[in-house]
Amino acid sequence: MEAAITVTGLTKKYGEVTAVDDLSFKVKSGEFFGILGPNGAGKTTALELIEGLREPDTGHVELLGRSPRPRNAALAMRIGVQLQASAFFERLTAGEQLRTFADLYGVSGSRARHMLDVVGLTDKANTRIEKLSGGQAQRLSIACALVHDPELVFLDEPTAALDPQARRNLWDLLRQVNADGRTVVLTTHYMDEAEFLCDRVAVMDRGRILTVDTPTALVKNLNAPTRISVSSGFLTDDQVGEISGGTVHVDDDGIDLTFTTREPAGILTALARHAALDGLQVRGATLEDVFLDLTGREYRS
Amino acid sequence: MTGFVSLAKAMFLGFVRDKVTLFFVLVFPLMFLVIFGALFQDQGDNPAKVVQIGEVTVLDTFAQDDPDRFETLFDLKHTDDLDAAIEEVRQGNVDAAVSQRGDTVTVYFSAADTTGSMLVLNTLDGIVSAANLHKLQAAAPDIPLVDVSNEAVEDESLTTIQYLTPGLLGWAISISGVFGAAGTLVDWRRNKLLRRLRLSPVSIPSVIGARIGVSLLTAMVQLVVFVAVASLPFFGLQLTGNWWMAIPVLLLGTLAFLSLGMVVGAIAKTSEGASGLGNLIVVPMAFMSGSFFPLEQSPQWLQTVSWFSPLRYINDALLSVMVRGNDAWSVLPQMGMLAAFTLVIGVLAWRMFRWDDL
Repeated sequence: MEAAITVTGLTKKYGEVTAVDDLSFKVKSGEFFGILGPNGAGKTTALELIEGLREPDTGHVELLGRSPRPRNAALAMRIGVQLQASAFFERLTAGEQLRTFADLYGVSGSRARHMLDVVGLTDKANTRIEKLSGGQAQRLSIACALVHDPELVFLDEPTAALDPQARRNLWDLLRQVNADGRTVVLTTHYMDEAEFLCDRVAVMDRGRILTVDTPTALVKNLNAPTRISVSSGFLTDDQVGEISGGTVHVDDDGIDLTFTTREPAGILTALARHAALDGLQVRGATLEDVFLDLTGREYRS
Repeated sequence: MTGFVSLAKAMFLGFVRDKVTLFFVLVFPLMFLVIFGALFQDQGDNPAKVVQIGEVTVLDTFAQDDPDRFETLFDLKHTDDLDAAIEEVRQGNVDAAVSQRGDTVTVYFSAADTTGSMLVLNTLDGIVSAANLHKLQAAAPDIPLVDVSNEAVEDESLTTIQYLTPGLLGWAISISGVFGAAGTLVDWRRNKLLRRLRLSPVSIPSVIGARIGVSLLTAMVQLVVFVAVASLPFFGLQLTGNWWMAIPVLLLGTLAFLSLGMVVGAIAKTSEGASGLGNLIVVPMAFMSGSFFPLEQSPQWLQTVSWFSPLRYINDALLSVMVRGNDAWSVLPQMGMLAAFTLVIGVLAWRMFRWDDL
């Protein structure tokens, strides 16, 4: 498959600080690619370098086979961008906003109305952007990024500062954007977001990419044990010993009795046999464990 | 081209919906017109307040001979108490106190208010001289008299409203030019809209052209509103024949101040910084360019400095065609200077243009 984005040896320094350190990766056409990392990891700087807003010290970027610098209108027509800040025309309504962006890209007004509908803001068409909620503004911003039907879409922390319900709604929208065949690049500091949305994730910390893979592979490669917990106080010590077989790590904090194992099947069958499945929880490793494993420290978002 | 039109439309809508900016561009300079216009309307027509102590024959005779003229000149009070009358002068309640003993007329005036006192002194002096002349003529009717006849050639000193309207209009143009350009640039850079536009197919000339289009339109609206208000009977502005030449002058002036505003917008990082820097330029410039009072009244060094102010050329040109009744082509030198300012500052603005703070 043709690469939508090729990044080679991208480095950007600010004085002594290396904001982005030797970034190299490829994004395939039609892929949903995530750049995941805590705040200050260099995600936004990386995205700005890729979009061509900043000039890298070394390395180069190709978007759809072209360099993003200097500015060129033909490439701009094929790319959609949603910025972290809500970059809108002051005092215009949502409808006027989208209409203006449609005009800038030479797209029809009916397409603008259609996009307003896609992001579920038709009833807000006559509302000024200053009166929109955070989630509505983000959706409008995404609609503006998509109004000219771009092949490649950049989203910089689209769900930051949204409540859980608004985030969920936006996730559905973003999945749809990608399902329509577009290549999507998204930065996020939410592990669950990356896990839910992305085909592949680049885990970034302190300006460097630590690893790139699918979320499933990242977790699987970790080979982390599964934690199985049930409510405490239903099993005697003897029963616990029998179930765990002595080889499994057991921890009882008085509320939950937790078995940590690499063979969850045996433990679960044994628990079922003893009818001790009250409050059952089975937790595999998550991207958070991947981050912990890669950096040796807790994920700080 | 569609980029230019849609940006101009968006900018115009944002502008007319911004009540604060509308106020500063249209209402604020108009407020000055109303205040100054009302303040100076009756200037010089007030009769002098004079206290007459006891009997003053010259005044009494004058009042009898020509009572109408006497009333326009004096607002007279009578008293017999010399000390009280002098105290009134000292307090500034009256302009002068007058007494007469025999053939001597004594005028008590305040040295603090020189202008007011001089007026009263001259008037009284004139009345006394006229009375003396009358007596002399009666004694020697054969002596021929020299007479002075006055005839105004050109009304160089315009009435207040005639002077204020072009001056304040020039000032209003400079405000909307500087603040319009600087405000848009800084606000759009701050909310990342310029960055967003940079990632769209829009060209820099479209962005700047849209700003120019909106500002030129604003300038025309300002012209209409100013002339309409100043022409109300209460103010009484009289436009002269070639007033329409104000249109190209205002358009060129707007361009000059837009480029100045773009430089301000390139320097300033915040809206507050932009409006501060804008005021720092526009307010002193208004004073030294004759927007509020005629430049002839200011010191020589200020008049020299004013040659470096684009606003001076706008004011000169507007005065010339709107109220002085000069030929249309008489403002070509001023328009040339404005074009030169636009070119120089515009090139500077172009070089300083930034999409982003990155």
